[in-house]
Amino acid sequence: MQDIFQLAYWIPLLPLLGALLNGLGRNHLNRTLSGLVGSATVLGSFVLSLLIFFQVKAGQSGVVHYFDFIRVGSFSIPFAFQIDALSSLFLLIITGVGFLIHVYSTAYMHHEEPAHFARYFAYLNLFVFSMLLLVLGSNYVILFMGWEGVGLCSYLLIGYWFKNPAYTAAANKAFIMNRIGDLAFLVALFWIITKSGVVGFQEFFAFVQQHQFTDRFTATDITVITVLFFIGATGKSAQLPLYTWLPDAMAGPTPVSALIHAATMVTAGIYLIARSNMLYSLAPHTLHLISWVGLMTALLAASIAVAQNDIKKVLAYSTVSQLGFMFLALGTGAYAAAVFHVMTHAFFKALLFLGSGSVIHAMGGEQDIRNMGGLSKKLRVTYITFLIGCIAIAGVPPFSGFFSKDAILLSVFLHSPIQYALALLAALLTAFYMFRLLFLTFSGRFRGTQEQLHHLHESPLAMTLPLVVLAVLSIVGGWVGIPAALVPDAEALHHFLSPVIPVLTHAVSHETEYALMALSTGLVLAMIAAAWMRYRNYQPGTPANAFINLLENKWYVDELYHKLIVHPFYVLAGWLRAIVEAKGIDGLVNGVGRAVQYSARQLRLVQSGQAGLYVLLMVLSMAIMLLIQFFIRK
Amino acid sequence: MPINYYLFLSLALFTIGMVGVLTRRNAIIIFMCIELMLNAVNLLLVAFSKMHYQAALEAGQLATQAGVEGQLFVFFIMVVAAAEVSVGLAIIVMMYRNIHSVDINFLNRLKH
Repeated sequence: MQDIFQLAYWIPLLPLLGALLNGLGRNHLNRTLSGLVGSATVLGSFVLSLLIFFQVKAGQSGVVHYFDFIRVGSFSIPFAFQIDALSSLFLLIITGVGFLIHVYSTAYMHHEEPAHFARYFAYLNLFVFSMLLLVLGSNYVILFMGWEGVGLCSYLLIGYWFKNPAYTAAANKAFIMNRIGDLAFLVALFWIITKSGVVGFQEFFAFVQQHQFTDRFTATDITVITVLFFIGATGKSAQLPLYTWLPDAMAGPTPVSALIHAATMVTAGIYLIARSNMLYSLAPHTLHLISWVGLMTALLAASIAVAQNDIKKVLAYSTVSQLGFMFLALGTGAYAAAVFHVMTHAFFKALLFLGSGSVIHAMGGEQDIRNMGGLSKKLRVTYITFLIGCIAIAGVPPFSGFFSKDAILLSVFLHSPIQYALALLAALLTAFYMFRLLFLTFSGRFRGTQEQLHHLHESPLAMTLPLVVLAVLSIVGGWVGIPAALVPDAEALHHFLSPVIPVLTHAVSHETEYALMALSTGLVLAMIAAAWMRYRNYQPGTPANAFINLLENKWYVDELYHKLIVHPFYVLAGWLRAIVEAKGIDGLVNGVGRAVQYSARQLRLVQSGQAGLYVLLMVLSMAIMLLIQFFIRK
Repeated sequence: MPINYYLFLSLALFTIGMVGVLTRRNAIIIFMCIELMLNAVNLLLVAFSKMHYQAALEAGQLATQAGVEGQLFVFFIMVVAAAEVSVGLAIIVMMYRNIHSVDINFLNRLKH
């Protein structure tokens, strides 16, 4: 039954319509209506995605061609959607988690003016639309359109409270950092078009299959294209060295952070590489690079998260760290494990961000966890769901994070023991900082003001319901990828993805797998216990040592970038403005003007009013023209 | 007669007219010099017209119309010159009535 595939264009179209409706009618819609439009359109996409998912699960897949987007000579870029295991899975994540975030937002953003409320939902819908376009596109150009779209929407949403200069600066930062990656993406795209003349995934992969390592497509081409795509992915998915925008992206409203960090945007880089896995498998050097960059990002971000005191900043750095894990998986060739972690991460990270939003909501805008504590009694639902999210991200069986992280760690272990040790360290740090966050926020004594204590309340149903749904998903979401060592006939996700991503066959005994699982689980539990000992009854004012200070200041990476790149850039720009702009370009333009004025002033004197002079000049100029003509004719 | 004579004659007439226009200050003399230039050109046109007609006859074309345009131009130029003279003389009369002189150097109000 291909009929439902023909309806696939409604999946991105519905959020786009929602965005248009909310954006254009923002002055006429009330809050209920715009919230309804925003959520219902995404829900519609979700239902369609579900139908498509089941079709794909039944073995259907294909490319739905709509029209030719660009046609130049023999080269054409079709506007077509690729519907297969990978894209249908991403569709479910984006629309499912996205819908919950929309519902949550209706309550979270309720204090906004109706016009701004509608603007918020317009951006949110546009964001979902762009991301859907990104995963549905059947060629790199459509993917790039979505890629740019999410970049734009992240800018709009991070700078949503545009009256605050710091927030617009964060939005600029996100946009500019993304543009650096986008440039690499574009170069890779042009490289592909020049070399192969096709942009469709299937056509291009067929081309590579046919011509790999020949003169038409050398090993250098493969390496350059894969590295450039990876640079694009580091921008979008916040990896070293372009990760610093993501922690600043929390300037936007909290549900936006949930959307950026969980369902959309940052997973785009993973999707790009997973989609191009055939190409990456031919480039071992690139994979090596990716694995190390991912690992370093995971470690660096995890170490920073240990010492942060802003509830959203901890979560932001944990996202960077988890994305590092995904890239590590990609780098070791475990594409399916990376996609698996994208899925589980979408559940628990959305849960954690929405939970933190609920906490911030209850605390009246307070984000510093040193001023929280003891919230577990007042915010019952938030506490339990947040706890589930923490357990899931820490990787305790049988919660979802355990299985996806275990798949990654196993693949890394087979790849390189050193990387395994470092990855395990990052995983342990994850457990530690997440439970530090949990204990500081929810246990111990309340450390805020009396007014805040009085104001404490559980969030409304529209906020807690998505939390509960996401908590359930965070528990059971990992069960689709239970390793074969534990239950027979498992790894359903790997088999589902097998048409797009070849199944890896592990040459590893079950005993080794058990040992690895036991090791990571035991250490994670130990880290949780350590966090419990240390932060159960946290008292503010404990002196911090130099190393903690270093971590709290994020290894001074932002300052380093400022010194090394931003400041020299400003100096260069200032020099260009003062010298080249003022003297050169302005001088040229003004000089032309002045020359005209001067010559006009001189020529004006000729107009004396003497008829004789006029006649003389006329005769002379005619004579000159005749002479010129005479000589030129020669 | 060879065409050269006509050429030199009309060139001389034209130059005399041009120099007169450039050097003289009396408006009426300038006017006459302009007429001289016009008629120098007329002479040239007629001479060339005749030359082309002659050449066509010698080439054996008995009923030829060659060169007739030159004669036509001359008529046009005469008509235009006559109209111009009437206008120009009227201007000179008005000028004399106003400033009691026909010296064009008094007429430097053109710059205002």
